[in-house]
Amino acid sequence: MTAFFQNLGMSYEWAWAIATICGILLIALPLMLGVAMIIYADRKIWAAMALRRGPNVVGPFGLLQSFADGLKVFLQETIVPSAANKGIFLIAPIVTFTVALLAWAVIPFNSGAVLADINVGLLYVLAISSLGVYGTVMAGWASNSKYPFFSAMRASAQMISYEVSIGFILICVVLWANSFNLNEIVLAQKGAGLGFVNGFWFNILLFPMWVMFLISGMAETGRAPFDLTEAESELVAGFQTEYSSMSFALYWLGEYANVLLMCALNATLFFGGWLPPFEIPFLYWVPGFVWLLLKILFFFFIFSWVKATVPRYRYDQLMRLGWKVFLPVSLGFVVLVSGWLMFTRYGA
Amino acid sequence: MSVAQLVKSFTLWEFLKAHALTLKYFFKPKATINYPFEKNPLSPRFRGEHALRRYPNGEERCIACKLCEAVCPAQAITIEAEPRNDGSRRTTRYDIDMTKCIFCGFCQEACPVDAIVEGPNLEYSTETREELLYDKAKLLANGDKWERALAANLEADAPYR
Repeated sequence: MTAFFQNLGMSYEWAWAIATICGILLIALPLMLGVAMIIYADRKIWAAMALRRGPNVVGPFGLLQSFADGLKVFLQETIVPSAANKGIFLIAPIVTFTVALLAWAVIPFNSGAVLADINVGLLYVLAISSLGVYGTVMAGWASNSKYPFFSAMRASAQMISYEVSIGFILICVVLWANSFNLNEIVLAQKGAGLGFVNGFWFNILLFPMWVMFLISGMAETGRAPFDLTEAESELVAGFQTEYSSMSFALYWLGEYANVLLMCALNATLFFGGWLPPFEIPFLYWVPGFVWLLLKILFFFFIFSWVKATVPRYRYDQLMRLGWKVFLPVSLGFVVLVSGWLMFTRYGA
Repeated sequence: MSVAQLVKSFTLWEFLKAHALTLKYFFKPKATINYPFEKNPLSPRFRGEHALRRYPNGEERCIACKLCEAVCPAQAITIEAEPRNDGSRRTTRYDIDMTKCIFCGFCQEACPVDAIVEGPNLEYSTETREELLYDKAKLLANGDKWERALAANLEADAPYR
C-alpha cells in the first residue's frame, strides 16, 4: 500500500505512515464489527444447544442485539468506587482492549496482506498475550476490593500457567515450519499433509499439539470451561466486579477480541491460515481472507460449542491440567518433534 | 489410573461424547416459545389480574358481604359499604393492593355471587407502584373489558366445582 501512496506524490515516510494507519483501520474496524457479531453468534449458538432461541428481537434475527447492548452500556454512568485507585482503575480496561487488538498486527490475512511482516511474529504474539495479564492484575488491584483482587490473582495465575505450555506448543510449530514469521508458517503448511491437506493438523505429531493449543487457548482467554475466575453467575464477573458502563464494555470487547485472536492463531498455525483447506487448484479462486474468516468462524463455533457443553473446572483441577498434564506432554512433544525432524529432515 | 482410563482421558473420549450430544441438541427444534408473539395456552383456572363483574343488565354483582376481605390472607382487599339510594347494599370503596396480592384465588372462592374473579390477564405491569393500587373503578373496568373471557372460563370450570 505504501507504493500506492507514493504514486500519489508523497515522500516515502508520509506514504508509509498513511499506509500503516489505513492498514490499522482496515484491521481494527472490521474486527470491532466482527466482535459485535461474534458476541451475537456466541449467544445464539449457546442458546441453540440449550434449546433456547437466543436474541431474536433487535433487528432481523436479532442481528443488532450487540449494538443495542453497546448503546445501552455507552449511555450508563461509569461508576468509580471511592476507594479505588482512579487512574489505574480507568486505564486497566483500556490496556486489556488495546492488547487484544495489538496482536492482530502480525496475522496474515492473505499472501503478503499483513500489517507488520516481522520475522519474529510468533514471539511478538507471545509477548503481547503475556501483556494481557496486566489488564487483569491492574483491574483487581485498583478496584481496592478483596474479591476482585483474589479473582485477579487467580486469573493471572491461570493465564501465566497456560502460556507456558502454549510456548512449548508454538515451539513445535516453529520447528516444523522452520520460521517465526506467521506468513512463512502458513506457506510451510502448503500441502503439509500428504501433499494434499493444507495445515499442520494432518500430522500425527502436531495434531495432539493442536488439541492442546485449542484447550490452552480457552484457558488463556478465560473462556468456559476455564472461566472460573469470572464465573458470571456466582462471582459477578470476578475481577470486573467494580466495573460498569464503557469500562466494562471494553473488557467485554477485549475478551472477545482475544477469543477471535485465538481462533485466528489456531487457523494460522495449524489449519493453513489463508490457504484453502485442501490443495485443489480451484479452491484458490476464493480469496485468502475468506478462507481465514471461515476458519476463524469454525474455531469460534468450537469455542461456543465447548462453552455450551462442558461444566467449569475447579481451580485445583485447572492448575493440575496446566502444570501436570499439558506442560510435561508439550515438553515431551518438543523433544519428539525435534528428534523426528533431526532424523528425517536434517539427517542424524 | 488404569490403562483404559488413561487412554480414555488422553483421547478426550468423554468430552467428544458430550460434544456429540450437544451438537445433536443444536439441531433440535427450540423448546422455548417466542413469548410476546407466541403465547402458551392458559387453564380456565388461571389466576391473573382481578376484575369485578356485572350482571347482564349492567348491575354490579358485588353485594359488599366482605367475605373476600375477610378471607384474603395478604389483607390486600379493603371494602367500605353503604346502602344505596334504592336501598340495596353496595360498596362505596373496593380497593385491591396488587402489590400485596399473592394470587391465591381465595377471594374468588369466597365470593357468593361470582363478582370478584381472577381473569386470564397476566400482562398488566406498570411503570409506577401507585398504578398497582386498584380501586373499584379500575376493577369494574377490568370486568367490562374481560367479561367474555371471564364468563367462558367460569363456565368451563363449573363442572369441576
